[in-house]
Amino acid sequence: MKALAAQKTALTGNYAVAYAVKMAKPHVIAAYPITPQTSIVEKLSEFVERGELNARFVNVESEFAAMSVVYGAAMAGARAFTATSSHGLLYMYEATWWTALSRAPVVMAVVTRTIGPPWNIHVEHNDILVLRDSGWLIAMAETVQEVLDLTIQAFRIAETAVLPTAVGLDGFVLSHSTEPVELPPQELVDKFLPPRRPDVPLLLRPGEAVTFGNLPSDNRDHARHKIATVYTAQREAKKIVSQVDEEYGRLTGRRYGGLVEWYKAGDAKNVVVCMGAWCSDAKQAVESLRRRGISVGLMRVRFVRPFPEEEVAKLDQYDRVIVYDRDITPLGGVLGTEIKAHLSRAKVVNIVAGIAGVDFDAQNFYETIQKALDGSYREVEFVV
Amino acid sequence: MSFRIDQLPKKKYVVPGNAACAGCGMMIGLKILGMALGEEAVLTIPASCASVVQGLSPKSGVAMPILNVPFASAAPVATGIAEAYKSLGVKGHAVVWAGDGGTSDIGFATLSGAAERNSNIIYIMYDNEAYMNTGIQRSSSTPLAAWTTTTPMGKRERKKDVALLMAMHGAPYVATASIAYPQDFYRKLKRAAEVEGFKFIHLHTPCPPGWRFDPAKTVEVARLAVETGVWILWEYDHGHFRLNPPSTVYADRAKRRPLIEYLKLQGRFAHMTEEQVKALEEDVEARWRSILALAKAFPQS
Repeated sequence: MKALAAQKTALTGNYAVAYAVKMAKPHVIAAYPITPQTSIVEKLSEFVERGELNARFVNVESEFAAMSVVYGAAMAGARAFTATSSHGLLYMYEATWWTALSRAPVVMAVVTRTIGPPWNIHVEHNDILVLRDSGWLIAMAETVQEVLDLTIQAFRIAETAVLPTAVGLDGFVLSHSTEPVELPPQELVDKFLPPRRPDVPLLLRPGEAVTFGNLPSDNRDHARHKIATVYTAQREAKKIVSQVDEEYGRLTGRRYGGLVEWYKAGDAKNVVVCMGAWCSDAKQAVESLRRRGISVGLMRVRFVRPFPEEEVAKLDQYDRVIVYDRDITPLGGVLGTEIKAHLSRAKVVNIVAGIAGVDFDAQNFYETIQKALDGSYREVEFVV
Repeated sequence: MSFRIDQLPKKKYVVPGNAACAGCGMMIGLKILGMALGEEAVLTIPASCASVVQGLSPKSGVAMPILNVPFASAAPVATGIAEAYKSLGVKGHAVVWAGDGGTSDIGFATLSGAAERNSNIIYIMYDNEAYMNTGIQRSSSTPLAAWTTTTPMGKRERKKDVALLMAMHGAPYVATASIAYPQDFYRKLKRAAEVEGFKFIHLHTPCPPGWRFDPAKTVEVARLAVETGVWILWEYDHGHFRLNPPSTVYADRAKRRPLIEYLKLQGRFAHMTEEQVKALEEDVEARWRSILALAKAFPQS
């Protein structure tokens, strides 16, 4: 079918986001520029200005306003998109929680970038991870193609799970790198992504007296609402993510594995865990180590939220689990800490590396995986 | 447009079950909003007295659609609603109902952003001149010398004039109003609903517990604010600036009632010395000079 043939092209990660958003046909887009997210917003405003995308593009004065605009739009029944990075995400923080607990199915691209001081525009994952307790769904892409596919899927996932969804792509590493990409035909995206239901989570219309968000008469109602949104809905979202991955795979030929991707882990004794663009480097290192007879595989975390507990539990069968974090917390890394909570602690080595945009390539993975395996690392190891 | 109060629409949008204090000026304003735009408005309400007094969920004492939102987010949330309606082809007005704190302080950047990009919303700042919801703390809209719990000796700074600042953004429609003059407020809401783009109405709403006066005197205090010239009714409509009755006659200082008549009804001014009263009189006079200069500079065509 010629009409449904995919178009091959080359795009940066940021343009992949913009093209995916265009094909998802949002009603409202609002964003505030921040490096390295800026070219997403520029491209989208160009699409709208040229009439290629029939959306309302709102130039706002801050990220807090950007999130507030897309929140209002989503509550009024619109499909809405924003994008940000690092300090921009921190500045909109209050509104991100309100959005999640309102179950407004907003989609946001987060071009991951270091948090300061000092000012630093390079990659780190701490920014997107600040959403992890709020109820947002959080995905992380490995390649530009996956950025595009995940962004299209994010609208379907957000609107089915009725939860806001963030798509993470590594600053510069993905956002500004050009890779070959297959653009699915518009007809395919239209088929995959049905129109947004305007009455979910509620119908906000003049003349319909409904009050959302006023003080509860019984705090237990509020508590139940929080449990349903922050805990239960996340569990339901696991199924949705897998189903969406399968359906999208049938339509495009690209399946990623749902919440996680397993790479050469089936026969391995040890396993590496990571997320984001540097997983490509980690895979190269795994490949080299396997050629040298070292038994290692990899699990790539595609969704931090919902947290892939069932998949993480499978890590218990490995002798050693080496978790790489490109983020830092007082306990080590986020992935390391959360994975340790599900496994016997002794087998996990948490390597915190690549923070503040420090380069970390396949050779670095190759060396540090070996050190982790020969026992020369502590439970939490920092590599700079 | 001239009509009596009893000719205003009868359908009630503020119904029993709301939790407002006795004599709440803001609720009088909300009633008039319902009369003017009850069937057309979707309200965005940031943290404020209005988010509390609407009643307890899952019920509500206000029969209009309401989205409660974080403190500083009202203007952009309403912008999102307006843009969604435009895109989806839904008719109606995105209306913000926000206090002076949410407007002139924490929400000022988002307010200015919405005004500058000419978002198609009606923003109503109900001004009870302090953070009344948290218990009478100073806002930038608290008048000079007024007592609050964070200005125990009286506020040292003058009141921020948010409506003028909105007019200076070049917004298509900006007006002041008072709950003592419901027909004027009603007319301004109706006018705002006709205008495309950003509309701002600054509504003076006395607060009995916060201003320390008898709850039976809310309307009297509001009226005295206008009659003494402390509160000036005006509108700025597409570049034309004019005073509205009854403030029109108070352009002549001699026609105004003495400021002290307004002050003496309110406990928040009880501590004032003669010098402080004089300073406040001068502040009022300076405001009039600005307004009259603007009315002269941007006359009715």
